[in-house]
Amino acid sequence: MSTVLGFVQAIPYQELLIQTLNGIVTGMILALIASGLTLIFGIMDVVNFAHGELFMFGAYMGVVVISATGSFWLALLLATLIVALIGAALQITTLRPLLGRDPLTTILATFGISLVMQNYALWQFGPVARKIPEPFSGQFTLFYLEYPWYRVLIAVLSAAIIGVFYLFLKYGTYGIWIRATTQDRVMAGAMGIPVSWVHTAVFAIGAGMAAASGVLFGPLVGVNHAMGLDWVLKAFIVVVVGGMGNLGGSIAASIFISLLESYASIWVSPAQAGIVSFVVLILTLLFRPTGLFVPTPK
Amino acid sequence: MSKRSATVYWTGFSIILALLIVAPFVLPEFWRRFLTEILIWGLLAMSSDILIGYTGMVSFGHSAFFGLGMYGAAAALLMVRPPNLWLAILYGLIGSAGIALFVAYFSTRLRDIYFAITTLIFSQIFYVIIFTWTEVTGGENGLTFRRPALEIPGLFSMPFSSETLHWFVLAVVTASYLILRRITQSPFGMVLQSIRENEARTRAIGYAVERYKIVAVMLSGLFAGLAGVLYALQNRFAAPDFVYFLVSGETVIFNVMGGIGTLVGPIVGAGFFLLLREAFSRFFTEYYLIPVGVIFIAMVIFLPQGLLGFMRRWLNQ
Repeated sequence: MSTVLGFVQAIPYQELLIQTLNGIVTGMILALIASGLTLIFGIMDVVNFAHGELFMFGAYMGVVVISATGSFWLALLLATLIVALIGAALQITTLRPLLGRDPLTTILATFGISLVMQNYALWQFGPVARKIPEPFSGQFTLFYLEYPWYRVLIAVLSAAIIGVFYLFLKYGTYGIWIRATTQDRVMAGAMGIPVSWVHTAVFAIGAGMAAASGVLFGPLVGVNHAMGLDWVLKAFIVVVVGGMGNLGGSIAASIFISLLESYASIWVSPAQAGIVSFVVLILTLLFRPTGLFVPTPK
Repeated sequence: MSKRSATVYWTGFSIILALLIVAPFVLPEFWRRFLTEILIWGLLAMSSDILIGYTGMVSFGHSAFFGLGMYGAAAALLMVRPPNLWLAILYGLIGSAGIALFVAYFSTRLRDIYFAITTLIFSQIFYVIIFTWTEVTGGENGLTFRRPALEIPGLFSMPFSSETLHWFVLAVVTASYLILRRITQSPFGMVLQSIRENEARTRAIGYAVERYKIVAVMLSGLFAGLAGVLYALQNRFAAPDFVYFLVSGETVIFNVMGGIGTLVGPIVGAGFFLLLREAFSRFFTEYYLIPVGVIFIAMVIFLPQGLLGFMRRWLNQ
């Protein structure tokens, strides 16, 4: 009995609460990246290796626009639009010719794109990390910590973007086009939906969402050319754990994995906490290869 | 294989082998080293061709096998005195085979893209472990060690020079090529190719597809580990950078550039890639991946068969 009591008392409740908040914040950022990734996969069978680089480009666009205009919100908007356009251009030039070929060739093509974009960023912006200033610097007291409001805002904004996007998919005319194309490409084409433009639009939306998360996340870490790599790997894990092409599953998996990682980082170093997500992935593959957050297939 | 075609094939094989043997006499030091490096990366690419080209599974995790080969060799060379070449190879192969079994067990449950992503993530697991486990692996700095002597117990022992290293690497790569070629033409190799063509039908005929896939991944990992050992011998260090997934990506690039399913294609692809890198880094310095990446994308779109793709049928006779 006393051991149980000792164990219960030993749990660092304050730390747990702080890490819950941290986990939700990073989880929402991850969800914003992963939902674009899973959508692009779901609709056109493209595993977008360059997604992390779109995220990184978004952050750099944010840096550029802020240094020119000084407005964070303008930067968020412009970076999203610019990267969405870049995404559309990439889709038209490299992915459209690959339509109908083995999906694996799209991995290769987007891997090539990611190499080019990463080195372009290194060339253009140099190896020194840039900083995006926080748009406001309010804090509130959480136990012994001054917790910045901005982090909470990130979570809320990410949730809002995902929510708007969800509503668009559910009720918007073009959203219905997208869902129709996901379900049956040929039939959608027969109904008069311009399928190849839907693909381009979806890629652009995914790119824009990645860019938005890049700008939002920029103030928390430095912006550098390699920042996309970590995130794209995490997003891949999330997408597999959540069930590929399944939007809700990816969002749930993002928050689930981020929470686990934050809790783990109470006891071990953050680099080692990253292994938690790998363990979740292995267990998922072992027991539920179709994904954790999808209904059991009949 | 018809008799005439076989003669042409073996003549070509002998000529290229002879050229590679005399190469160290004519080439200056830099290009000698460069050629050895092409052979090593070519072996890595060839090992992954077993999966990509013959079984139809694109592995994005070959850096794990390569890196474990490197660290296995490092372990043997640092722990055993005096450093022994064959022990280094043995340790490297054991390391990569162990990892390959682990990866194969989980990843072969999945197909296509899922397989690619899973192998990628597995290689990242090993990267994180090697990167953070500083006491054993040296962490970010990696491990450095001395090169062992080239010796055959009881016969002779001599230190490696850049020529003998080249010949040693060439011998290992040639032997690996012949072994892999034999394997792809064996009944086992035929089953792998039928998995690539039609997995469901192969299963329906009664082959235990999963078991064949696991063996294929292990075989591939074993040769990738061998390449890692050779690279460790050449450069006298093991570093976590070589476990990072960009190395796996480059391996896939070698395959696609050279032509998958040909075994020699990946070696040619590795040579082509390294030459491009050499040429462009004169103009673009460290940003050479911008033009090389663009060329790679163009090849994926316009030349999906790769440089040697047109010879594929003939090479596999």
